[in-house]
Amino acid sequence: MDFLSISSTMLYTAFILYLIATFFFGATIKEKKSDKSKGIAGKIAISITIAGFLAQIVYFITRWIASAHAPVSNLFEFMTFFGMGLVFAFIIIYFIYKLNILGLFALPIAMIIIAYASMFPTEIAPLVPSLQSHWLYIHVTTVSLGEAILSISFVTGLIYLIRQVDQSVRSKRTTWLEIVLFSLIVFIGFSVITVAFNLSGYSAQFEYTVNNSNNTITTDYHLPPIAGPNDGELITGDKMSPLFDAPEWMRGVDAARKFNTIIWSVLSGLVLYGLIRLILRKRIGAAIQPLLKKVKPDLLDEVSYRAVAIGFPVFTLGGIIFASIWAQIAWDRFWGWDPKEVWALVTWFFYAAFLHLRLSRGWHGEKSAWLAVGGFAIIMFNLLAVNLILAGLHSYA
Amino acid sequence: MKNIKCECGHVNPEGTVLCEACGKPIEGNQHIDGNDKKKLLNMRYDGSARRSQTYNKSIVDKIWNFFSSVKIGVWLIVTALIASAIGTIYPQEMYIPADAVSRDPSIFYEDRYGITGQIYYQLGFHNLYGSWWYMLLIALIGISLVICSIDRFVPLYKALKIQKARRHASFLSRQRLYSETEHVTSEEKNKIVSSLKKQRYKVTDENGHILAEKGRFSRWGPYVNHIGLIIVLIAALLRFTPFMYLDDYVWVREGEQTVIPGTKGEYYIKNKDFILETYDENDERFQKAIKKEGMVPKNFQTNVIVYKESGETIPGEEPELEEVAEDEIRMNHPLKFDGYTLYQAGYQLNEFTSMTFKVHETDDPEETSLGNFKIDLTSPKPEYKLDSGFRVVVDQYYPDYYLDDGEPKSETDYPRNPAYVFTVHPPDGSEPEMSFVGIGKNVDATGENDYKLGIQDFKMRDVSGITVRRDYTLPLFIVGALIFMFGVTQGMYWQHRRIWIHPTGEGILMAAHTNKNWFGVKKDIERMIADTDIKMVDDQQELDD
Repeated sequence: MDFLSISSTMLYTAFILYLIATFFFGATIKEKKSDKSKGIAGKIAISITIAGFLAQIVYFITRWIASAHAPVSNLFEFMTFFGMGLVFAFIIIYFIYKLNILGLFALPIAMIIIAYASMFPTEIAPLVPSLQSHWLYIHVTTVSLGEAILSISFVTGLIYLIRQVDQSVRSKRTTWLEIVLFSLIVFIGFSVITVAFNLSGYSAQFEYTVNNSNNTITTDYHLPPIAGPNDGELITGDKMSPLFDAPEWMRGVDAARKFNTIIWSVLSGLVLYGLIRLILRKRIGAAIQPLLKKVKPDLLDEVSYRAVAIGFPVFTLGGIIFASIWAQIAWDRFWGWDPKEVWALVTWFFYAAFLHLRLSRGWHGEKSAWLAVGGFAIIMFNLLAVNLILAGLHSYA
Repeated sequence: MKNIKCECGHVNPEGTVLCEACGKPIEGNQHIDGNDKKKLLNMRYDGSARRSQTYNKSIVDKIWNFFSSVKIGVWLIVTALIASAIGTIYPQEMYIPADAVSRDPSIFYEDRYGITGQIYYQLGFHNLYGSWWYMLLIALIGISLVICSIDRFVPLYKALKIQKARRHASFLSRQRLYSETEHVTSEEKNKIVSSLKKQRYKVTDENGHILAEKGRFSRWGPYVNHIGLIIVLIAALLRFTPFMYLDDYVWVREGEQTVIPGTKGEYYIKNKDFILETYDENDERFQKAIKKEGMVPKNFQTNVIVYKESGETIPGEEPELEEVAEDEIRMNHPLKFDGYTLYQAGYQLNEFTSMTFKVHETDDPEETSLGNFKIDLTSPKPEYKLDSGFRVVVDQYYPDYYLDDGEPKSETDYPRNPAYVFTVHPPDGSEPEMSFVGIGKNVDATGENDYKLGIQDFKMRDVSGITVRRDYTLPLFIVGALIFMFGVTQGMYWQHRRIWIHPTGEGILMAAHTNKNWFGVKKDIERMIADTDIKMVDDQQELDD
C-alpha cells in the first residue's frame, strides 16, 4: 500500500469517526446532568473525536510524504486542513469549557467542510514556482488555524441563536436563522449532487468563446447543464441542452459552469431543506431549540468571545504578517491588494470591529452571536468565493 | 479644575465616576458610564476621569471627543471594511489581465463588464486603494487610534496605580461577581489568602480589606498594539518618499549587461542565462494532475552577475566594473546586495538575436546559395553587400510582425517575430526585385522574381524581467508588526483579574472583576474557597437582550 492510498483511507476514517462522535455528543443531551461526574457519553464522544483527529493527522503526514510538499497547496487540501483545524480548535475549547453541545455542532460543520473539500480535484499537483517555499506551510497552517479558532465563535454563536431566538412567532430573526441553517444545507446539497453525478459518470461538453477573443474554449460539465455558457455549443450530442444560457456578463473562463454548479447546489439544498421541514413540520431552529434548554447562554456568549480573542492574534500572525513576509520574498511586495489579501484585511477589520464592539454595553449576547455568524460568512467567502469567483494570484484551485 | 473629594479622603480629578481609591460611585457623575440606569457598575476604565467624557466646550474638546469615541472608531473600521471589499468586485487597475482587449482602464472595464464596469471605472474604484478618500479613511483610523488610546490609557493607568485594597461596600455589591458571607473564621481568611497567593495573585491587605490582583499588565495590551499599528501606518507613509522606497523594473537579455535603474548608474546587471523548467509529465507522482491541468512550470530562474562601478568614470569612456554578486535569482529566492533586492518577475522566451539569409535562384530546386548575409538584430543595417556582388536593401523591418486588417504592422519593438521587405539588387545590374520574408513566410511581390531569399540560420535568446527594490521602511514595518503582535497577545491571552474582600463584623463581602474570561476568575474563586464555608460568588450579569 502506498502513502497516497493510506492517506485517503485515513481521511475517510477520520470522517467516519467524527460522524460517530457526533452521535455520542448528541447522546449527552439526554443524560441527566450531575455536576460531579461528567456523563460517560461525553467522555466517549471526545475520545472518538481525538481518535478521528489523529487519523486526520496521519492523512496529513502521509499525503505530505507522498507529494513531497505540505498538503495545503490547493482548494481540496486547504479546506480539508481547515476542517482539521476546526476539530483541533474544538478539542482545545472543549478542554477549557467542557461543553458537550459544542461537539454536536462543531463536528458536523467540520464534516460538511471536509466533504465539500473532497468535491474538488484531489490529485497531487506539483507546486508552481511561487509556492515553492517553507512559507507555504508556515503561512497556510497558521492562517487556517486562526480561521478555525475564529469559526468556533460561529459555532457557539449559532448555538446561542438557536437557543435564544424566540421561535413562538415568525420574525426577521427566525427567518435569518433559517437562512444560516439553509446555507449549511446547501453545502451538503452540493456534495450529495456531485457524488451522485460523479458515480453516474455524467459529462457534457460545450464550446464557447470568452471575452470577445477568437479562441474557442471547451468546458466539461459534470452536472447536467441548467445554465449553459453564453453562446455555447453542446458538442456531446446525446446530452440534454441547457434550459437557458448564463447571462452575458459571465464571461470568465468556466464562469458558466461554476454558475451551473451554484444553481444545482441551491436547488438540491432547497430540496433537502424542504424534506427536513416536511418531516419536522416546523422551522429547523424551532426543532433544535428544545434540545438546548440545558445550555447556559452566558457561557455560550463567553466562549464565543473567547474564541475570537484567541483566534484573532493567530489569524493576524498567519493571515497578515506571515502572508506579508512571504509575499515580500516571492512577489517582491508584501502587500499588493490582491483579492485574497484584501479579504484577509476585511476579515481582520471585521474581527477588530467585533472586539471593539464588545467594549460597549448592548453588544453582548445575541448581537454578538449574529456578528460571529457574519465573521464566519466572511471567512468562507475568502476561502471559496475569492478562489472560485474573483480570480487573483491565489486562485490555485 | 473642580476636584472631588471622596468620603474616604481621596481627591479625585473632575469627571471621575468611581473614586480612584475606594471605588465609591461619585454622585452626579454616574450618567457618564451609564451606571445610573443599571445595577452593575461599568468597570470598563475603572470609572476613571476621561478627558472626552469631562470637557465639551472648545473646538479642541469637540474634535478630541469625536475621535476618542469607540463608536466612531468602529464606524471607521466598518467603512474601511466595506470600501476594501468593493475594491475586489472587479480587478484593480494593476491586475487588468494581459489577455484584455486593451489594458487602458477607460476601455477595459466597459468592454469586459459592460455598464457596471463603466460605472466602476468612473467612480474611480479601479484604483480604490490609492484613492485620496481611502487613504484619508486609513488616516482617520490612525488618528482615532492615537486619541482613543491617550484618552483612556492615562486615567486608567493612574486609577489602577492609586487603587486601594479598602473598597466601599457599594462598590463590591455592584460588581458582576458578588457574595456576602455572614460568618468567616480567621482561619478561613488565612486559608483563602494563602490559596490566592498560590494561584499567583498579588495580595494586598489593608486592615482586613483584601485586594488580590493578577495580570494587570494585560490591561496595557490594547495600547501597546495600537502603538504597533501607528508605527505600521507611519512606515506606510514613508514609502511615498523615493529615498525610503524604490521600485523599478528592468528587462535584461541573455548575454547582455545593462545598468540597474534607480541606482544612479552605479550598478550593472548581466544576464548569463534564463532558465524555464516545467514538471516532467511522466513523473509518477504528478502524472494525473498534469494530464488534467496541463503543463505546470517548475522554475523561473535568471543567472546573473551584478557589477558596481569602481573609481571615477570619465564621461564617454567605458566604466570600470567590479563584481559585487553572482547568483541564481529564482522565485522565492531573490538576490540582495548593498540594500537593493532583485526579484525574478517576468520573462520573454525566444527573442531573435540574429538571422542569416541566403540568396538563390527561384527555379533552382537545389536552392544552391549565391551568397548569404547575417542581420544582427541588436543593430540591423539598412543594406547588406554580398561577396558575390548581390546587394540587399532592407526596405521595411517589422520586429514583431502581425497583420492588422491586411496591413503588416509590428506589435512591439522587440524582435519576437521579425519580418522584412527586401529589395534584391542582382550583380548584373538588372532590375531590382522585391520580396517579403518572415518566419514561415516568403512572398514574391510580383510573382516574376528570378531570385529568392531563404532563412538559413537564426539565433534566439530569452529575456528576463527583474524587479529592483530598495525598501528602507521594511524594518519599521517589522518593528510595528512585532509590537502589534506583542500587544495583542498581551491583551488577549492574559486577563486582569481582581478579587476584593471587605470585612463586615463577623463576615465578609466578596466581589470580583475581570476584563475578560469570567469563567476563569470563577474557577479561581472556587479553588480559593474550597474547604471553607465562604459563599461562592453569584453572577449578577444582566444580559442586555
